[in-house]
Amino acid sequence: MTAIVALETVGLCRSFGALRAASDVSLRLMPGARHALIGPNGAGKTTLINLLTGVLRPSAGRVMLQGADVTALRPDERARRGLVRTFQINQLFPEMTPLETVGLAVSHRLGGDRQAWRRLGGRPDVVEEAAAILERFRLDDVMDRRVGALPYGRQRLLEVALAIACAPRVLLLDEPAAGVPESERDDILAAVDALPSDVAVLLIEHDMDLVFRFARRISVLVGGALLTEGTPDEIAADPRVREVYLGEAAHG
Amino acid sequence: MSDAAATAARAAAQLDRLSRWHPAEYVFWALAAASLLVFPSRYLLISDIALTGLFALSLDLVLGYAGILTLGHGAFFGLGAYVAGIAATHGLRDPLLGMALACAAAALLGAATSLLVLRGSDLTRLMVTLGVAAVLLEVANRLPALTGGADGLQGMDVGPVLGLLPFDLAGRTAAVYSLATLFAVFLIVRRIVHSPFGWSLRAVRANPLRAASIGIAVDARLSVAYTIGAAIAGIAGALLAQTTQFVSLDGLAFHRSADVLLVLVIGGVGWLYGGLIGAVLFKLMQDQLATITPQYWEFWIGLVLVALVLIGRERLAAWPRALWRRVAGRQPA
Repeated sequence: MTAIVALETVGLCRSFGALRAASDVSLRLMPGARHALIGPNGAGKTTLINLLTGVLRPSAGRVMLQGADVTALRPDERARRGLVRTFQINQLFPEMTPLETVGLAVSHRLGGDRQAWRRLGGRPDVVEEAAAILERFRLDDVMDRRVGALPYGRQRLLEVALAIACAPRVLLLDEPAAGVPESERDDILAAVDALPSDVAVLLIEHDMDLVFRFARRISVLVGGALLTEGTPDEIAADPRVREVYLGEAAHG
Repeated sequence: MSDAAATAARAAAQLDRLSRWHPAEYVFWALAAASLLVFPSRYLLISDIALTGLFALSLDLVLGYAGILTLGHGAFFGLGAYVAGIAATHGLRDPLLGMALACAAAALLGAATSLLVLRGSDLTRLMVTLGVAAVLLEVANRLPALTGGADGLQGMDVGPVLGLLPFDLAGRTAAVYSLATLFAVFLIVRRIVHSPFGWSLRAVRANPLRAASIGIAVDARLSVAYTIGAAIAGIAGALLAQTTQFVSLDGLAFHRSADVLLVLVIGGVGWLYGGLIGAVLFKLMQDQLATITPQYWEFWIGLVLVALVLIGRERLAAWPRALWRRVAGRQPA
């Protein structure tokens, strides 16, 4: 295999006092990966996302994005290099419309910083791309409404659409279907499936149904450390995973 | 295919509407220009309203769009006034040159102090901005050779605007000059606000976490917005110095920062005309109330402010509308 690894962590550690929220996590996503990260509550999934995106700095270890060390970079710098995330709890701009939201992201990516003099929507390529993304997420009929006034399921779709608007090379989906009705889950999965095939996707999810439909590889995080990694069949058959993860779920 | 094209066309139209001139905007500026002809005896008030509106507009960029809480915006206004004033006492008579120097000095101070302001929470920002303004006031007080100290800056000699319009006692040139400057800067701010940069400020204010994760460099954006706001406040300060031909420590006093905040809150935070309408209302109220009850002017402005904040602008505006509907509703349709 000659392709550059899309995202790699090397011995990532992070402690909060005595708590080891991440210990020696080494993860590797190839371009086009459809990878899921599962683990019981408190396994350190959120900490790991924050370490990957740069919200938290690791106590030890490195984060590599397409072969470059990005451990010292801020979240916005990593996002501009193609490491984009969605949020488990919607993080949107409630007073803006979906079109303004997506338009801003596309315009920012295509135009860089030298655009204080051009109006938002002044570039046809930006408008066309924003419209196409909204259409793909079936948000075009509400693109002129206030985001804060949209139904929850629609906001959830916008959450993912906004990440797609950043043209990710690596996309981290943090429980994208949390709280979304069954009927609308397929919209989210379909949109993720429609991503270019070389984009690496890491799905953090509680819903096992979704995980096994989506993932080609699965990593299991327990107590801040990786327990195991394998294909969905291997993970489903692993007695240790059943014990820690599914056992836990049965109690919950 | 045609579906996609139709959506794109609708999107383009929706974005076009955001920055299109509303008919009410033409009316607003036409009224502003007409005020020069209708109220020739109030030139000085018109000039005062225009430069206060410009000052409030600059605060809106910082507070309303970028969401930076500040109690020290007067520092940039006062610095601008002093730089323009000192330039005019040292033989630099051209008012536009003085204004440019004031703008540059305020921008420099804004850029330097933005690094302090970016640190910490809203409370920290309030204290830091307040502190910077207090330091500047004391510096001006301790440098009488340069600023005239407590006596104020004497002997300003401001030349004619563009070499054509000398400043007159009635304040005609002052009013035209201030309004023209306000309009020119307003056009620039209007463009900035409707640009992707302006939208990124709204995004940062609404949710800095998400703004960063779509690739917006949050701190750099805030720093630039703060600097632009400072530069414009410096222009407003220069207008005050040049149109009144006098600068005193009053230009840097705390009440400048507090008043401009009042002006902006009265007119509405986070929209381009908030500062301008606030300046009209504030200065007219000040002018009228000061004639009726000079001692109690601050009492009344305080009362108006409390009412505005507690009752809310929307409800205050809704009452006359509801009344109108009731009156209009009685007539047969």
